[in-house]
Amino acid sequence: MPIKEIQIFMKHGRQSVPDLRNAELSSMFRGRPVISPDITAEETAKVAALCPTGAISGGPCSIDLGRCVFCRECQFAVPGRITFTNDYKIAANVPENLIIRAGDDNPVSLDPSGIRKEIRSFFKHALKLRQVSAGGDNSCEMELNAAGNVNFDMGRYGIEFVASPRHADGIVITGPISVNMAEALQITWDAVPAPKIVILAGTDAISGGLFAGSSALDRSFLQKHPVDLYLPGNPVHPLTFINGVLDLIGKR
Amino acid sequence: MKHEKHIELKGQPARVKMDAIPVLHYTVFSLHITELLREPFNHCLNYFVVPFPDKYKFICCIANDETKSILLFSHEHEKVSHISLPSLTRIHFPFHIFEREIHENFGIDFPDHPWLKPLRYPYDRHDKGKSMDSYPFYSMEGEELHEVGVGPVHAGVIEPGHFRFICNGEKVLHLEIQLGYQHRGVETLFVENESSLKNALLAECIAGDTAIGHAVCHAGVMEALAGLPVSEILALERTIALEMERIAMHIGDTAAICTDIAYQFGQVVNEALRTIVINTMQGWCGNRFGKGLVRSGGTWYPLTPALSAEIRKNLQEIRQRYGQITGYIFSMSSVLGRFEATGKVTAKQASLIGAVGMAARSSGLKRDIRWSHPSLAYSRLSFEPVVISRGDVWARAMMRKSEVEQSIELVLHLLDLLDGKDVHPLPVYNTAAEPDAFSISVTEGWRGEICHTAVTDENGKIRHYKIKDPSLHNWMALALAVRGQEISDFPLCNKSFNLSYCGNDL
Repeated sequence: MPIKEIQIFMKHGRQSVPDLRNAELSSMFRGRPVISPDITAEETAKVAALCPTGAISGGPCSIDLGRCVFCRECQFAVPGRITFTNDYKIAANVPENLIIRAGDDNPVSLDPSGIRKEIRSFFKHALKLRQVSAGGDNSCEMELNAAGNVNFDMGRYGIEFVASPRHADGIVITGPISVNMAEALQITWDAVPAPKIVILAGTDAISGGLFAGSSALDRSFLQKHPVDLYLPGNPVHPLTFINGVLDLIGKR
Repeated sequence: MKHEKHIELKGQPARVKMDAIPVLHYTVFSLHITELLREPFNHCLNYFVVPFPDKYKFICCIANDETKSILLFSHEHEKVSHISLPSLTRIHFPFHIFEREIHENFGIDFPDHPWLKPLRYPYDRHDKGKSMDSYPFYSMEGEELHEVGVGPVHAGVIEPGHFRFICNGEKVLHLEIQLGYQHRGVETLFVENESSLKNALLAECIAGDTAIGHAVCHAGVMEALAGLPVSEILALERTIALEMERIAMHIGDTAAICTDIAYQFGQVVNEALRTIVINTMQGWCGNRFGKGLVRSGGTWYPLTPALSAEIRKNLQEIRQRYGQITGYIFSMSSVLGRFEATGKVTAKQASLIGAVGMAARSSGLKRDIRWSHPSLAYSRLSFEPVVISRGDVWARAMMRKSEVEQSIELVLHLLDLLDGKDVHPLPVYNTAAEPDAFSISVTEGWRGEICHTAVTDENGKIRHYKIKDPSLHNWMALALAVRGQEISDFPLCNKSFNLSYCGNDL
């Protein structure tokens, strides 16, 4: 190996995040929100009206992470009442667990009873995924690529993206699912051998996000196929993705 | 005489009353375009149709690099069941894509257009009988020819699009790119949304890899409509954000280009460097892509002295390490063997198809909004764009290297200008916009020029919103680049452009 390459390697150093389960993100990161139990009905109405995706409801105040695009505008509108923490573990396997209520300050978690048995028995040690972008804006796609890069290196757990649905154990959907991609998504899904899983990565995949209600969407796929994992974010952070998938397949 | 045919906007973003835009007879309109585009310093920023209840208004926006101004003029046509007009593409080829869009959206015919192919199959297209699976591909017959279809779902984790190659053996004779899979109805949403906050967020998702570029362009349009001033400090911060986005994406592309020539060392070193840049953005605004940073009138995330210091430290480190790795990459004969003379687009081709941004600059065209129509803090810099004439993969890879180096110097300089200033305006939402007005904003994103325009109704509500991502022009450059190449070089050529699917599909 030439001297120059060695010099570059020395500067490069060890890049991988050593502990993906407990890595800490910048305090600026917009992850799991916490709503103060003291939030008033008036304040709740104010942020519910402000929220661009209708993620906030009243009585008592709650935020649905399946709709939230993590813009933090509600926090700025009612400072001290809503705070976005840097907790990136916001994955759930049932939509109910994505709802954060006033006074809640517990990590978002998966409901073990909702995880199909074959997921853990088949995929715990190796999970190959086919990604389908169906109207994704390329930020989620780039973060999914980053989950496998030299820093996050999810390959260490046997999780990786594969080129063909034939080689995959499931699909990861990004984007709100456009009419023009609906058929290709179905064909890709049909090509994956069973047992197989569906993961929705990013808020626009979970609820349509900012695009919910657009006539250019066809989300009927989600009515036909049960979803195994919801990963909120705009885009989903690599650590949210990796930790969510590890929780699903039961890897510590 | 000339003054009556168009209105000239000095500086941008800018707004004019709709009725201030001259309306020309189609023959005069078409002649005026021909006359203007005869000059090499003029090019068309955007050309589109705004539908009114009783008429179609064709609006043409020409950028003049010499006077640094934008020329606006229009043509109106009564809404009748069938409209047929002589094609402008005949005279000026870059209009091919605009006329395809107009035809697809409104059914307006241009009988002498080379081929009015569908552009993105929008849900509200004029002819619902046309569908994704009946795209009219160019085809050739011959015993020795075969076709290769790729996508819409690709091998990697990327956006969808369909590529159809006609090959003779390993050699590509023709590539056709069918897009539209990503269509989300973005332009209609800008009109339908009641909340200007929601539109600001939407702008960040037009192309998530260009969140800052599109958000800055959108903010410009909205601020011009509302008459909101952009403070000096805000202009500096936005300029820094735009250059940080460019640095991050260019380094990421350097990594990806290395991936596609199976040079893993170059890939991992550059990936790690990109991580530093996007994590710096996360430290600034909480999002690795800069979503949330840019808002009309102000920002929630001021660039504090502590953040400035962090950016300086990180960029100085990147300058050293990126210089080292790219210096090494460009000295290796095995790398150069794949880069040189691969995927060549000549200056003439780039000019013919109306290429913009770094794709144009890599083929010898000096086209850069930061230089030709500077806004924000660019007008304070004596900015000279990087231009490389070779037009091959080497040129586009070298463009990344040179622009990263240039942008790092720019950001460091802008941070110096920011020192000592600490009055940070906050975002302003739901301001009253000028009624019956037209507003235009142009931003040089990392891929190239982004153009947003908005038209308001008599109440100041957005009636029409038009977005142009640089990819709209540049996809054709990729198709030309692979002609005569080995099909195995396609991924490398594709990555050397790294174009946006959702930016095209909207």
